[in-house]
This record gives sequence, structure tokens and C-alpha cells, in this order.
Amino acid sequence: MVDYSRIGLKVGLEIHRQLDTKHKLFCSCPTKLSQKKPEIVFVRRLRPTQSELGQFDPAALFEFKKGKIIVYEADRETSCLVESDEEPPHNLNLEAVKTALQAALLLNSKPVDEIHVMRKIVIDGSNTCGFQRTCIVALGGFLEVDGKRFPIQTICLEEDAARKVGEDEKRTVYRLDRLGIPLIEVATAPTISTPEEAEKVALAIGKILRSTGKVKRGIGSIRQDLNISIRDGALIEVKGVQELNLISKVVEYEVQRQLKLLEIRDELKKRGLREEELKEEFYDVTEVFRETKSGIIRRALEAGGVVLAVKLPKTAGLLKVELEPKLRFGTELSDRAVFYGGVGGIFHTDELPAYGITQTEVEKVKSILGVSGLDSAVIVADKPEKAGDALKAVVERVREALKGVPEETRSAKPDGTTRYMRPRPGAARLYPETDVPPIPISLGMVEEAKKTLPPPIDKQVEGLMGEFKINRKLAEQLLDSDYQGLFRRAVEVGVPPSFAASALTETMKSLERKGVPVENLSDEDILDVFRLIGEGKTAKESFSTLIEWMAKTGGKALEALERLGLKTLTTHEVEVVVERKLLENMDYLRQNPSRAFNHLMKVVMAEVRGRAEARVVAEVVRGCLSRHGIT
Amino acid sequence: MESLQGYRGLTLKLLRDAGVKVRDHIRVYRGEDVFEGILMPRIELGEKENLVIKLANGYNVGVRVTSQTKIEKVEVEEKPNQNHVEFKVEEKEGLPEVYILGTGGTIASRVEYRTGAVYPSLTTEDLYRSIPELSNLAKIKTKVLFNIFSENMTPKHWSEIAKTTAKILEEEKVNGVIIAHGTDTMGYTASALSFALQNPPTPIILVGSQRSSDRPSSDAALNLIGAVRAAAYAPFAEVTVAMHEWVADEAIVFHRGTKVRKCHTSRRDAFQSINTKPIAKMVENKIVMLTEDYRRRGEGELTLKPDFDERVALLKFYPGFNPQIVEWLIEQKYLGIVFEGTGLGHVGKYCFDSIKKAVDSGLVVAMTSQCIWGSIRMTVYDTGRDLLSLGVIPLKDMLPETALVKMMWSFGQTKNPEKVKELMLKNIAGEYSERLPL
Ligand SMILES: [Zn+2]
Repeated sequence: MVDYSRIGLKVGLEIHRQLDTKHKLFCSCPTKLSQKKPEIVFVRRLRPTQSELGQFDPAALFEFKKGKIIVYEADRETSCLVESDEEPPHNLNLEAVKTALQAALLLNSKPVDEIHVMRKIVIDGSNTCGFQRTCIVALGGFLEVDGKRFPIQTICLEEDAARKVGEDEKRTVYRLDRLGIPLIEVATAPTISTPEEAEKVALAIGKILRSTGKVKRGIGSIRQDLNISIRDGALIEVKGVQELNLISKVVEYEVQRQLKLLEIRDELKKRGLREEELKEEFYDVTEVFRETKSGIIRRALEAGGVVLAVKLPKTAGLLKVELEPKLRFGTELSDRAVFYGGVGGIFHTDELPAYGITQTEVEKVKSILGVSGLDSAVIVADKPEKAGDALKAVVERVREALKGVPEETRSAKPDGTTRYMRPRPGAARLYPETDVPPIPISLGMVEEAKKTLPPPIDKQVEGLMGEFKINRKLAEQLLDSDYQGLFRRAVEVGVPPSFAASALTETMKSLERKGVPVENLSDEDILDVFRLIGEGKTAKESFSTLIEWMAKTGGKALEALERLGLKTLTTHEVEVVVERKLLENMDYLRQNPSRAFNHLMKVVMAEVRGRAEARVVAEVVRGCLSRHGIT
Repeated sequence: MESLQGYRGLTLKLLRDAGVKVRDHIRVYRGEDVFEGILMPRIELGEKENLVIKLANGYNVGVRVTSQTKIEKVEVEEKPNQNHVEFKVEEKEGLPEVYILGTGGTIASRVEYRTGAVYPSLTTEDLYRSIPELSNLAKIKTKVLFNIFSENMTPKHWSEIAKTTAKILEEEKVNGVIIAHGTDTMGYTASALSFALQNPPTPIILVGSQRSSDRPSSDAALNLIGAVRAAAYAPFAEVTVAMHEWVADEAIVFHRGTKVRKCHTSRRDAFQSINTKPIAKMVENKIVMLTEDYRRRGEGELTLKPDFDERVALLKFYPGFNPQIVEWLIEQKYLGIVFEGTGLGHVGKYCFDSIKKAVDSGLVVAMTSQCIWGSIRMTVYDTGRDLLSLGVIPLKDMLPETALVKMMWSFGQTKNPEKVKELMLKNIAGEYSERLPL
């Protein structure tokens, strides 16, 4: 068990939620994703911009040097000239500003007097301009969790990035629909001191943001970035944690990784490794592998590549040290080689012989490099330039290991582990977005936000219970579900509140658990089903079946109704069924008049379930029995 | 730059009293809140009593200033920023020479990340650095002639550009000349140079950018690559405009200077050839000619005719047009009027008296169409026939803007209205299309 206070763990959170505003942050496109095929496809290149000193940001420059082409896919419904960077942004969306102001009020944060939109350079293509627009709406504040106060640093509004839909060596494909959807970002100070605390704070912030009633639900609408550091370690930015309940694990693993890296540093020092010993002397060992059984190397050679090797003095045994599950120190070297050299990966002597590389080949390489005792070697097979860049990155990474933990940006994987993503960008990447005028925040705007501020979650629960006569459990589930807006609309179209609430919480959850992709459904899709129920065109009992079919096929509610034969029967149609069933069961019914109603109900419902309300059937059955003198 | 750029009123006074200037590290006390960061210049648009401060996290925020606000200067040691890398480009030997003449617009620029200010930059070094591909294409020389927004360009500037270009072509051993230009009036300048620089030995290419060069997505880079490639290697020797063919960073097209028009406020493909196609296209690093009808490199000898007379007006006719405007131009001793008439080349009958007066006073009156696409045809309806008999000269499919420029140029060559009419009707720089494409 790690003593987190002893190692000086500090965690800061950046919680992002998509806002459910009518329009995007800087244009009038709707804030929804497209299910359509792309109507317009175009390619672009992004270039780093030069700073005043004639210099470039390293992260941006490396991205550019990769030389990737960016392909954008768009459709006219969800993207306009703004997303495609064919016209300047429109003014900042004031509906989003209002929501951010409400979040600020709930988090005791102080709105700035004037919002200045900034450009944050990002040239991986996820933003067509080459920068993300972002602005601070409020500063400072705090929230309390389990009696402890956690300071808030900033509340920002920013544009969501384009959706990556494909990637290969030469190109990255993005869909423009998501670009420009407003994101609210709440950043805490780095005062969180345990993994559990991090998760609880994230949960609490999520709840507060949800209580504005303006955040989107579903996969991709929520993202967390974590800043994690320990004493003697480094500040690591972990990007893109999708699940709240993964946060504590990510923190645990990152602490573990940093502690292991510190152990490696100490061991390297103990072995007496000096920085000067780590040389960029690469040997061409292609001849050793002329007859190799290794498929990877053979394919690289056939494609005109070479095999380069470098000696890493005094590192033997350390490359296979596990830093966190599935991540060895060797993997870190490899990730750097992949990023900077664009190679497929590396081989190191801690793991060889393997992958078709024989002991003899390893020995030959070792003798060429002069590897002995505690030294190890790294081999890479690719085009000469790429292989050289890869080995340079490997040597650089070992140099960093001598100092401890390198600062970097890492991306979160679904199992809570992280992998190298890119060097940490400097704060210098922000410069003013001169196309958008500053937005003064008047006292009136703050007052308006305050006046329309939704009550705290507990009050909202009681409010829902009182207003709709639903029980506490349903009310709480509803508030937790992000479906409150939809719930109100469902009630408006004539669906009983308790049914709407349980359909949107319990039924949806159980469908999700069954693996039904309910996230494919828009609010409108779900509302259409409620409308059919409200108008009596289908029975409440069909909700689950209709939703499942629509989610799986992408079809609409009316179509589902037709296909599944779940149209409500008219009273006359019910009468026909009841009459028929009565005749079929006449003997039993006459002999057991006391059980006649229940029996007839049972056999009729078995046939019309989902197509007729039990209440209607009961009425017809009663009438029919009495007409036939069975009482 | 002013030391407290953009600040006014009370804020300016408080800042002065505190002895701070833009870019200083300051602390601002507003009630119980303290803001610390770098004082940024104030853009004129903002509310009067707000100051803008860049926080340590890089964000700018505005802080409202009242008489209670306290401002103080903080002395901090400048930390050298080591998070940047130099990016060197070597010049290659044996490449053709290309001359880039700067007139305005920001085809290349540097961003000062600290304040966000954008500076235009047209040194060879900066061009190579921001667009490394250029150093493989040509040996580039640059010169900044002037640096103005293109809406401030006048016929005097056209003359300057024409004379400088002629001088470069005469004195330097260049394969082509590029003119970097703001896009708003680039079409007019292209047209002007087409008449002023006749029979050029090399391509003369105007280039601009629709999306500013301070953004990584700017179209400037590919436009410039296209321009340099064409200037260095293309077989045509004409005045053209090099811009994006479409929204993609894929193809650059070269529009004939007399046939090109800016047709969109912001799109990359704003420039369009009207009533014809572009003469060439660069796609996948190759220049492809799209027509056989072009002047070849090295044919003939350059004739410089750089004079323009500004006393020509372009009038758009519209319902309710007041013919007094024409009378006023006569009074002001204008030499010519180009009408942008309706449809096939018409103006309301109630203007006829004024037009007759203009022609009788010796003005050259010519007709183009406001439809932009298509040719005028004044023999189809009575109105057209009447205008012709008044002495209005029909300019077929010539663009209204080109017609204006050409008439200014014609009066720069001669003050004789009959000679001007002759010049106007003669196809000098491809301003008339032989046939209109289906
Ligand atoms: Zn849009």
C-alpha cells in the first residue's frame, strides 16, 4: 500500500463536459453528431506558425514533420464555413456563456469582467484552423467533498475538436460534426492527494455541471484530463480519461510508473552511468540479418530498409522492468521511437532472442557494438532516416531516465494505463483570437444567470418528486441520468411521469447493459417513441422493444412501429380478439365464472401485449363477459 | 508602438500613475481579488474601462477598472524560453531565381506569442523557414515595395508596381516575378498590370491569402508554393493570380489577370475566372496548362506602359439610380464612365438625357453587365439599341472592374476619346473571350 502523503502526490483535474446548447460555440450549426455519409471531403495541411524569434513550438514542429495529410469529412447539416475554416468565427455563443456562469456560481468561482478568446495551437488536424479556441469565463472558487475544500482554478469554455474517424501512415481522417460543440472545462488546483479523492472530486464536479441541465449525455460527452506529480517525479498530463471510475486507477498506475522510474534512475546512478556515455553512435548491422527468420526485419529489408543498432551502457535488465501493467521501460523507449522516428517499434536485448531473432544474431550485434556485461542494445529496422531518428529518440529517453521522470503528455487507455503521447507543450502556445471581439460580462448577465440558476441537486430531487409525483429513487436516478430535459418533454407529450422516469433510467440502463447501442439515439428519436405512447399509438410495454430496434438499425420510431407490428389496436380490434378468445375458452369460462375475468385477461393479453393497454383490455373483457352472461 | 496602446480614460491614468507600460508584469487589486500577469495592448473594440492581462497560464482576461482599482508594477526576471527549437533551412545551388515583391497583405508573418501581435515578414529567410518547400523550388529574392491594405491601393500604386516589376525584369536574371498582395483589390491590380506590362518575358504572378497567415491552416503557404513554382518553371508568360482552386489544399489555379474576380468574402477559392477557365493549374507539384491559348515564355519584348488616369468612374445602375450622378461626373471633368448595366447591358430610359450629355461633352461611356457572368448584347432590345445610338460602347464580356481599369489605363496612354474607344474595343490582354464556354 502506497503512502501517498509521504511521496507527495499532487493531482489536479480538468473536467470537460459537452454543452447541450442550441448552437455551436462560434457558429449557428446544431450541436449534434451526424449519422449521414459525408457530403464533402477535402484535404488540408497544417503548418506550425513562426514565433517572434523565428522559432517553432517543438510539439507543433514534430507534428508537421510527420508530413501527414489531413482529410476532413463534412455534411451540410452539421458543418458550415466556420468549421471548415472558410470564414471567420461568429461571436461567442451567449447560451454557453450563461451555462458557464451558472457553473461558476455553483463552484463559488468569480466571473472575469471581460472574456478574451484565445487560440491554443494544436496542429494534429483535430481543429481545422490549427488551433482550438478557448477562453476563461471565471477564476478561482472551490467545492467541498467529504468536508474537505478543493480549490478551483479556472472555468473555461472551449470548442470541441473534430472527430477522428480513421488514420493510417499517410493521413488522418476527421469528421467535422463535433468540431465547435461547446465544452465547459473546470480545472482544479493540484491539491488532491489520493487516487480516491481524485475520483470523488471528479464525481462531485460532474454532478454540479449536470445540475445546470445543459450538459450532454452519452459516450464522448465527458472527458477528464489529469495532472499528476509526486515529489522528485514530474508533472505528467494524462489526456482523455473517458470514465469517471477509471480516475483512481489512472492515478495509482501513474504513481507506480513514476516510482519505478525513480528506482531505475537510482540503479543507473549506482551502476555509475554518466550522460556522456550515452552516445548517438548507430551501427549498421544489416549484414547480420541477411538470412534472418524475423518477419519484421525481413519485410523492412525487402522494403529497402536497414537495421541500425545502438549500445545503451549499463542498462541491462532495466529495459524489462515493468513500470505499470503491460508497460515496461523498454515500451517507453519504443513509444518514443515510434513517435519521433515513425517506425513500427524496436527490439532490445532484454527481450531477445525472440520474434524470430536468434541468439547467434544477438551475439553478432553485441560484438559489433562492443556490448558486454551490464550493457544492452537496441535494434531497429526501417528506412535509414527513420531508423536513425528512432534511435536518437531512444538514446534521449535513456538520458532522461538518468534524471528521473521526464515531463510529458500521456494518453489514457481503457484499462487505466497510459502511453506516451507527445512532449508537454508550453503555455506559450496561447495567443489572442483576433477574429472574435472580447465579451464584457455585465452585472446583468451574472444576475440573469443567478436568477435562472437551477437549485442544488438535493433540492432538484425534491422538486421532481413534488412536481411529478415520482418516488425519490426515480427522481435521483433521473438527475443522475442527464435525461432531465428529455423527461420533461416526455411528460409534455402525454406520457405518465413515473413511466417516463423509469423508462429513461431503469429501462435505458438495462438496454445498455445488454449491449444495445442506445448512444446512437438522439433525444428526438427517444421523444418520438414517447410521443407514440402519449398519443396511444402503441402501448407503454413496447418502449423497450422499439428503442432496441431503433438503436440497432438506426431506424426511426414510426418505422419501428410498423416493422415490429406494435401499433395499438383500436377498441374494436381488441373486441374482436376478446370475442374470439371467449368462444375458444367458453367451456372453461362457464364452468369457472369466478376465475373467468382473470383467465380471459391472461389469454387475451398474451396475444395483444404491447399493442393494447391492460386497462383497455380489462374494460372490453368485462363488457364481453357480461354480454355473454358470465359473471 | 505606443507604450499604452489602446488604453483611455481612467484606466490610462491609473496605468500611467503606476508607471507601467504594455508588456510589463503587473498586479491589479480589484476589491478582494488580485490579478497578476502581463499587461496586454488594448484593442480599440473593447469596453473603455477594462484592462487586459495575460495570466501565468497564458490566458488573457479583462479586468474592470474603477477608481478603487490599484495597479502596481512587479519586477520579474525574464526567463529565457527554452521550449522552442530553431528550424534551419539551407539554400540549394543551381535553382532558378524568383523575385517576390511585397505590397501588403500577410502572405508571411510572425506571431509574437507573448502579446499575440502579428507582424508581416517577407524576408527570404523567414519565407524559407515558414515554408521550407520553397528552398527546393527556387532561389528567392524579396523586396518590400510598400505595406498597405489592398483597399488603400490606388492607380498610383499600380504604376509603382508596374515600374518596379519592369526594372526587376530588366536588371535581374529572374525566371519570374511574384507580387504579394492583399486580396480585396488584387483582381484590379492584376488587371492593371496586364495592361501596363505587355509582352512580359516571364510569368508575373499575384498571390495573396484568404485565411490569415498567423493560423497554421492559412492558404498562404500553398498559394505561395504554387506562385513560386509557376514563376520558376511554368511555360506561360502572363500576368496571373495564383490562388486555391477549391477549399482543399490540393490545387492552385492561375487566373488570367483581366478575367479574374474576387467572388467570395472569405473562402479560399474566392478568386474565379469569369467566362473562361484558369490558364493553368498546379496539382501534385506539377504545373498543368489548361489551355493552348497563352503567351509563351521568352516571346517578344516587354513594353512598359505604366500610366493611368483616375478620372474614370464605374457606375452600377440600379432601380432608382439618380442620373444626376452622371451630370456631376461631367461637372467634375471626368473623362469616362463605365456602366455596370442590368442584364444584357441596359440602364433606365430616364438616364438617356444625362448619358447623351456626357457623350456630347466628350466623355467615353461604355457598357458592361452587373450579371458578372455572360456577355452584354445591346442589339436585342430597344433600350440597348437606343444606348448604342447615343454613343455608348459595348464591352461584350469584359468584367466591369477590368473595363474600369482599362479605361483608366487608356486615358493614361491618350486623352483622345476616339483613340480611347479604339483601345477599349481592342483585345489587348485577353480581356475579351472569343467564345463563352457552355
Ligand atoms: Zn458551423
